[in-house]
Amino acid sequence: MTARVHKNLAHAPAMRSAGTRRSPLRLELRGITKRFGDLVANDQISLTVEPGEIHALLGENGAGKSTLMNVLYGLLQPDEGEILVDGRPIKIKGPGDAIAAGIGMVHQHFMLVPVFTVTDNVMLGAEQIRGPGGFLDHAKARKLVVDVSHQYGLPVDPDAVVEDLPIGVQQRVEIVKALTRDVDLLILDEPTAVLTPQETDELLDVMRGLKAAGKSIVFITHKLREVKAVADRITVIRRGRTVGTAAPDAPESELADLMVGRSVLLRVEKDEAVPGRPVLSIADLVVADDRGLQAVGGISLEVRAGEVLGVAGVQGNGQTELVEAVMGLRPIAAGSIKLLDDDVTAWGTRKILDAGVGYIPEDRGVDGLVREFSVAENLVLDTYAKSPNGTRFALNRSKIESGAAEKISEYDIRTRSPLHAVGTLSGGNQQKVIVARELSRKLQLLVAAQPTRGVDVGSIEFIHKRIVAERDTGSGVLLVSSELDEVLSLADRVAVMYRGRVLAIVSPDTPRDEIGLLMAGITGKQPLPADTPGEVREAAGDTETPDAEADGEETAS
Amino acid sequence: MTATTLDTAVVAPAAYWTRARKTGLILTVLGVIATVVFGALASSRSAHFSFGTDVSGAAMSIPGRLGAIVFGLVALGAGLALYFTQARYGLWTSISLAAFVISSLCWQISRAATGDTIALGLLAQLTVLAALPLIYGSISGVLCEKTGVVNVAIEGQLLTGAFFAAFVGSVTHNPWLGLIAAALGGVLISALLAFFAIRYVVEQVVIGIVLNSFALGITGYLYEQIMQKNAAYNSPGSLPVWEIPLLSKIPILGPAVFTGTILTYGAFLVVAVVAIALTRTRWGLRTRAVGEHPTAADTLGVRVLGLRWANVLMAGVVAGFGGAYFSMVSATSFTKNLTGGAGFIALAAMIFGRWQPIGAFLAALFFGFAGALASILGSIATPIPSAFLNMLPYIATIFAVAGLVGRVRAPAADGKPWVKGH
Repeated sequence: MTARVHKNLAHAPAMRSAGTRRSPLRLELRGITKRFGDLVANDQISLTVEPGEIHALLGENGAGKSTLMNVLYGLLQPDEGEILVDGRPIKIKGPGDAIAAGIGMVHQHFMLVPVFTVTDNVMLGAEQIRGPGGFLDHAKARKLVVDVSHQYGLPVDPDAVVEDLPIGVQQRVEIVKALTRDVDLLILDEPTAVLTPQETDELLDVMRGLKAAGKSIVFITHKLREVKAVADRITVIRRGRTVGTAAPDAPESELADLMVGRSVLLRVEKDEAVPGRPVLSIADLVVADDRGLQAVGGISLEVRAGEVLGVAGVQGNGQTELVEAVMGLRPIAAGSIKLLDDDVTAWGTRKILDAGVGYIPEDRGVDGLVREFSVAENLVLDTYAKSPNGTRFALNRSKIESGAAEKISEYDIRTRSPLHAVGTLSGGNQQKVIVARELSRKLQLLVAAQPTRGVDVGSIEFIHKRIVAERDTGSGVLLVSSELDEVLSLADRVAVMYRGRVLAIVSPDTPRDEIGLLMAGITGKQPLPADTPGEVREAAGDTETPDAEADGEETAS
Repeated sequence: MTATTLDTAVVAPAAYWTRARKTGLILTVLGVIATVVFGALASSRSAHFSFGTDVSGAAMSIPGRLGAIVFGLVALGAGLALYFTQARYGLWTSISLAAFVISSLCWQISRAATGDTIALGLLAQLTVLAALPLIYGSISGVLCEKTGVVNVAIEGQLLTGAFFAAFVGSVTHNPWLGLIAAALGGVLISALLAFFAIRYVVEQVVIGIVLNSFALGITGYLYEQIMQKNAAYNSPGSLPVWEIPLLSKIPILGPAVFTGTILTYGAFLVVAVVAIALTRTRWGLRTRAVGEHPTAADTLGVRVLGLRWANVLMAGVVAGFGGAYFSMVSATSFTKNLTGGAGFIALAAMIFGRWQPIGAFLAALFFGFAGALASILGSIATPIPSAFLNMLPYIATIFAVAGLVGRVRAPAADGKPWVKGH
């Protein structure tokens, strides 16, 4: 792909609409400080991005990377510090100023209007106008999209509606959107978080191509592998401060230490699993999503006592619906679910929980906690009516609070008191409240969905250890995570989900590339199970150019 | 790219009871009712229809019982067609409903106590007139909600517009100034809505209801204090009626569409302008973007709150004109609660019209038709009590909003306050 970009650049004088051609841009941030109340999100951060370099901004979740970039893009105003472009200090009061200064941004959560076409999304805010009255010139805008996407090797269908596009393509639309605005510096905020490994590789290629075309890139991520693959220089941020810069050839462990501030176990230590009898047996499960479309299409799985079954897959391939069906939170269209010897297909959630199932939901703010309730109250959400916490009619407050104090120390939950609202805790500590609550019952099965999403590294380590410990007591664990590393390090067996199906169950020692291909729906030996190949072709043709399809086949074979 | 190469469309479960089948079944049942019940109840007298605005020169007559049965069968057939073919949803539904209505008319007119003729020209004219405030109101709603602000205050905007039109029109002895004042009255409520909903992120439905009560209270009070005591403050005069030469002579449509005050022509103009501007202009693109995903618009330098303010104020102008209809066209003075809930029907028309200007316009006409039919049937004393006929628009609203629209999709950010930097 890089090659294609070079070739096109040679005969592609800038097709872009307006603006004079700038020379590559040099960006300097000096002493940027941003506070939210007591929290100092950015503390005197300085950073220089040289023209035409890929500058990685590395740090954990919550380290302040996104805040810094939102300041740079004008979405937030800094409390102190200044921004210099080519040596001249500039004021960025809003995204409009940033774009005018040649700075574009691709946000972690895409800033695309789902019901608009690609062209409409690209031109929004910088519309092509014809005649008085502000009438849109769709033809011209469409041509701009086509030109820019050809120029930089980013195939997109200008007429497709964005919500129908796969995530990877939506990201391309975002990049095209920034490029049509004639920016010279592109901020990519966690661009790989939602991509399959193969899509990630392609994005890295695109980044190299952009660099070759003279663009500077700020690449925000917490994934060391990607940084090493593509960055020219690395700045590490921890707790709102720059803690160091490194060259891309620095060893991963050194970068990790910088990020976290101490040595981290990158792998979870665990013994060989001793699987017992099946705890959870899912047979031919079919579940619909909120729109009534089939999300889980006939899955059969078994989780045995004393093992962790990891479900890997890119988000949105039916994992959420699978978990909700197991927990009795979503109607089951067909198939059956057995817990030990009981058929629980028609059971309600309460009954399932009482049968010894623990549940760490994927969205703790929505399903896991009542944010306004105290830590103590959240710790008994499932057992408030049981001794010693209370009876059917009354709560035993003192017992609830003393029980909470025990769990707070056992699970190292950082809160000012058991009576503080759980919403005031950091993400990692909120998650530990859930883990503490769920693991304090005697379990047969633990269902953990994205158990460490948005959690700091220290808490990740802790939660991982607790999950393994629960396994070692003889519970079965169903682990669902879109972080492949998490699945590989925790699971004893890995089921790869794609489009509502389990494509394969493999050992966690399987090479990442192979699992990556499975996550992309490519089994290597045969095409997709079931669905007719004819349909597959058609659907792909809607969103992909022939070029891209060829790429895909090369990789697949 | 690799990942998407083998993408398949997720297959929807093939449920038997699709929307077409459900609707088809309902229409079939209505057809059976029409054929059997209306046919049985109808007398052999003929129902007459004239094309002008009065009953003279009746141009068409249908034997009552035969008509009720034949049109009932048409309704039934169209329903069955939809059920079995599951195609041409709009066509079959329209045919079936129209036939049902005609069957019902055949029955009712054949049993009417004081007349046997319906003037179709008059029916069309009353339909358009009854629809006018609904058109203005629902377009006001579209302007607000497309940009992400829920507008439940249409009723308040109409009422305040009606009051301002009456008062200023009376004081200045100039209905045109009254018309301008009506727009300002609408803007006043809009400004309050925008101030609380956008500036202070108050729950938008709540503030809308509060503004309706406020408008009712304040205009009622001022009416009692000023207008009731001195009728000179409550005689705005009426807007001149313009007939368009030749076109106004077209049977049925002429008196409805090409005869009327500036508000009639203005309504068509407003619908056309908003419909075109929303889809074809920069303003429209940005408005829709702000209503769907304000943060995305913001990151591209669109002034989200500014645009919301502008659109909500514009909605006030439109609704204000709609208010003027009440005190300068349908009546020539203001009374307490003059608008009588039209704003809520306009809101329903907006939803029925799926937040689209043309859809809202058609829905408003449909509701207007229901009202016009009720008043005409009432005047010839048909067997159904007029109280029931007057319920017709409301019943139509409930059915329309609940079932017949299918999947309704409001702008994604409708009613969600947006604060920069969150």
